[in-house]
Amino acid sequence: MTGKAQRNVKAQRNVKALCNVKALCNVKAQRNVKAPRNVKALRNVIGGFVLLLSLLAGPFSAGAVEVERVVSPGGIEAWLVEDHTNPIVALEIAFRGGSSLDPIGKEGLANFAAGTIDEGAGELDSRGFQQELNDLAITLRFSAGTDNFNGTLRTLTENRARAFELLRLALSEPRFDEEPVARIRAQIVASIRAGEEDPDVISSRTLREALFGEHPYARRREGTPETLDTIAPADLRRFATERFARDNLIVGVVGDVTPEELSDLLDSTFAGLPERAAPIQVAEAPLENDGTTILVDMVIPQSVVVFGQRGIMRADPDYYAAYMMNHILGGGSFSSRLYQEVREKRGLAYSVYSFLNPMEHAALVQGRVATQNGRVAESLDLIRAEWRRMAEEGPTHEELEHARKFLTGSFPLRLSSSAAIAGMLVGIQLHDLGIDYLDRRNDLIDMITLEDVRRVARRLLDPEGLTVVVVGTPDGIEGVVREVTPGG
Amino acid sequence: MVRPQRRAPSWRPFLLFVFLLFLTSGGPAVAKVFDPEVFTLDNGLQVVVVTNRRAPIVTHMVWYKVGAADEAPGESGLAHFLEHLMFKGTETLGPGEFSRIVAENGGRENAFTSWDYTGYFQSVASDRLEIVMEHEADRMTGLKLTDEIVLPEREVVREERRSRVGNDPGSQLFEMMNATLYLNHPYRVPVIGWDHEISALNTESALAFYRRWYAPNNAILIVTGDVDAAEVRRLAEKHYGPIAAKPVPARARPTEPPQHAARRVILKSPRVNQPNVSIRYLAPSYRTSNEGEVYALQVLEEILGGGSSSRLYRSLVVEQGLAAAAGAGYDADRYDQSVFSFFGSPRPGHEVDEVETALRAEIERVLNEGVEAEEVAAAKKRMMAGAIYARDPLGAAPRIIGGALAAGRSIDELEAWPERIDAVSVEQVNAAARAVLRDERSVTGLLLPEPTT
Repeated sequence: MTGKAQRNVKAQRNVKALCNVKALCNVKAQRNVKAPRNVKALRNVIGGFVLLLSLLAGPFSAGAVEVERVVSPGGIEAWLVEDHTNPIVALEIAFRGGSSLDPIGKEGLANFAAGTIDEGAGELDSRGFQQELNDLAITLRFSAGTDNFNGTLRTLTENRARAFELLRLALSEPRFDEEPVARIRAQIVASIRAGEEDPDVISSRTLREALFGEHPYARRREGTPETLDTIAPADLRRFATERFARDNLIVGVVGDVTPEELSDLLDSTFAGLPERAAPIQVAEAPLENDGTTILVDMVIPQSVVVFGQRGIMRADPDYYAAYMMNHILGGGSFSSRLYQEVREKRGLAYSVYSFLNPMEHAALVQGRVATQNGRVAESLDLIRAEWRRMAEEGPTHEELEHARKFLTGSFPLRLSSSAAIAGMLVGIQLHDLGIDYLDRRNDLIDMITLEDVRRVARRLLDPEGLTVVVVGTPDGIEGVVREVTPGG
Repeated sequence: MVRPQRRAPSWRPFLLFVFLLFLTSGGPAVAKVFDPEVFTLDNGLQVVVVTNRRAPIVTHMVWYKVGAADEAPGESGLAHFLEHLMFKGTETLGPGEFSRIVAENGGRENAFTSWDYTGYFQSVASDRLEIVMEHEADRMTGLKLTDEIVLPEREVVREERRSRVGNDPGSQLFEMMNATLYLNHPYRVPVIGWDHEISALNTESALAFYRRWYAPNNAILIVTGDVDAAEVRRLAEKHYGPIAAKPVPARARPTEPPQHAARRVILKSPRVNQPNVSIRYLAPSYRTSNEGEVYALQVLEEILGGGSSSRLYRSLVVEQGLAAAAGAGYDADRYDQSVFSFFGSPRPGHEVDEVETALRAEIERVLNEGVEAEEVAAAKKRMMAGAIYARDPLGAAPRIIGGALAAGRSIDELEAWPERIDAVSVEQVNAAARAVLRDERSVTGLLLPEPTT
């Protein structure tokens, strides 16, 4: 493919899950995924697509979908896009609070819980639960992010009631039997070990640790073999009780269900959850743009380079200006400055990009490039030069208008599947953007002026303050040398 | 069965539809998959339209029936390199200008290459379809290349190879296994090419390949989304219609000789912490198979490796507790002989040898005892549901249809997939397993750690 490679860890994981040759990038996904590892095409096609970040920052055109707020008699709220085209229902949920709440010494708890709550619940043991999901062709998956805990359900209409019941069981009556707990722990440890081979995993982790220091955002989402060993079924049970509640639940539904039917399902599925989750206590992360460069020695032909510094929070009034700025700098696939300078003009890299990463308690502007060891220094010089040029001059009028046309025109492309739309409904609620957000979205982009983008570029981009991590054996790079800390 | 309305008039047709779909014994015909409209222009361009009006967008794709396995010896990577160069301008548009036009129209685009095909696509708002079609048609014959833009792009491709293969011992093992599984057929050569051969590709070789293979009579146009066939026909005749057909070489690829020896490929690297094992068998594709065999193999794959209730996962991962992962894979959509594969990776505390032994025991069990009727029925039911789910993501239909047609199948065959799966018997699954899972047509690959001293 000619486009950029996968743009964030989540996309990467999905791509790798399709590639069974790679060990265990995502153990849970792998067992459900077929093996088109040699269909390069499929990997590539998947590689280019959307992530939630850009999803939320992109504009939405009015009228493409109708979002309805459904509130059940029991007080559970969901946003629904009714669509009876196919006999399919897709549901996405999020509970506020993710792996950054993992207790010290029990890092990896949220991720471990995500892997085990669907391994037996209520009267069903692991085998029975998974058998029923498979027999009814229901997809039910959970995952723990840094700030949120997410769930996905996909079912044919005819199995809808049972699918929602299985979701209820997983959330309310997970069993955490000995066999599945031991098995999932072993799978996560295997996945951690596989990550130690992977320059992408190591570079991202090292950057996080460098930027966040003692803050929970520096911790490993999957934990370590040692911390996983300390997590017992009682810990997982406490997690489920404390984290799955009505007051931190967000629901998005798309597909073959009416508001009335959904209302009943919401009550039967979620009304039994505790009213309140345990409080979320995560400090704001202090971030210094201290300009550190860190080298992690790995004998590979191509260095993987990631870099980052303080970014902009999602609720900041200048967020959309920053989003447009990033699109021009390194976000817009074939047209960005980084892509043009590093890839098109000089052939230094297959993949180079930047992105905004706003989290709940910190925000980053980040980027990545991968290039042969002999040309890391040249690539980094170019990236810093573009960082500086954007900070000092901002974009041109033409660049801004080009970005505006793309960002306002491309929204409907994100309505690419029921699950994608359901995910958007959850994201919009998580960020409190309002149910009319889809209609207002283009206006927010249209309002941004050249001066807005210049101001935010000056404020954010600090080429000397970038924290840089290089994994590989680059020539001519000075920096702090780190060993790979073994994970398994 | 894909319905154009965003909202169906009532729920009844869907219940009926699902009911029909799950009928497993003869009876009324099983539902189709995508229900496309198909026609061919006078110049031989095959056109497929799948209407899906959920969102006001279309995906426009052109697939060329040429891929890496059609390259001449010594020119590995050429099909993929040309794919990159197709973004570098034509007689009428400068380098990158098509991409700029797509972006300005709020579109997304990309391209992909496999052994059997090369494809290009844009997704845009449905009222912009003609804009992308005009320029895609333009680059079917109008590509213009100079060394100045070709040579840096060759370095981009070499970086792509470093990313995908050079940095990843698992991918290196995969390349070695593939080159060992196929003794003679060009599937033994990686799609991206060997680095020393990529380094020698140039403007002339790219243009020669382009002129030889890119023609309307060697292409498939697939348009899906918020559009109807009449509109696509009008636009396609206007933009692709004037392009003249021309002779295109037959896809004459060397074929595999009989194979007589099981092979074993081992890659040890200090970079491997989590070892794995895979076993790959030569297997038929739709185009090369006996009647029904490929469908039986798909059912076999589902029984052995389809998810957490599959035989392999349940046995190796759950019951024996030896493996962290285990599964099976099979891709019937290849132009020539394909692969049926198994993989497994040990749990910490277990050895990869134990996983290999357990995988082979499961393979033996299938060969000796066969599969159960209930397993076949359950697998078919899941696969039928998969055919319904495949209609949901907008990107799935063009990808599946394009892959099938480029592999030499027909739309009718593709649409008959549920019926063909439904007709698979226990005996067919067992016979297919015995025909395909033969040691002397296999390669076993081991990815192992190498302790540093």
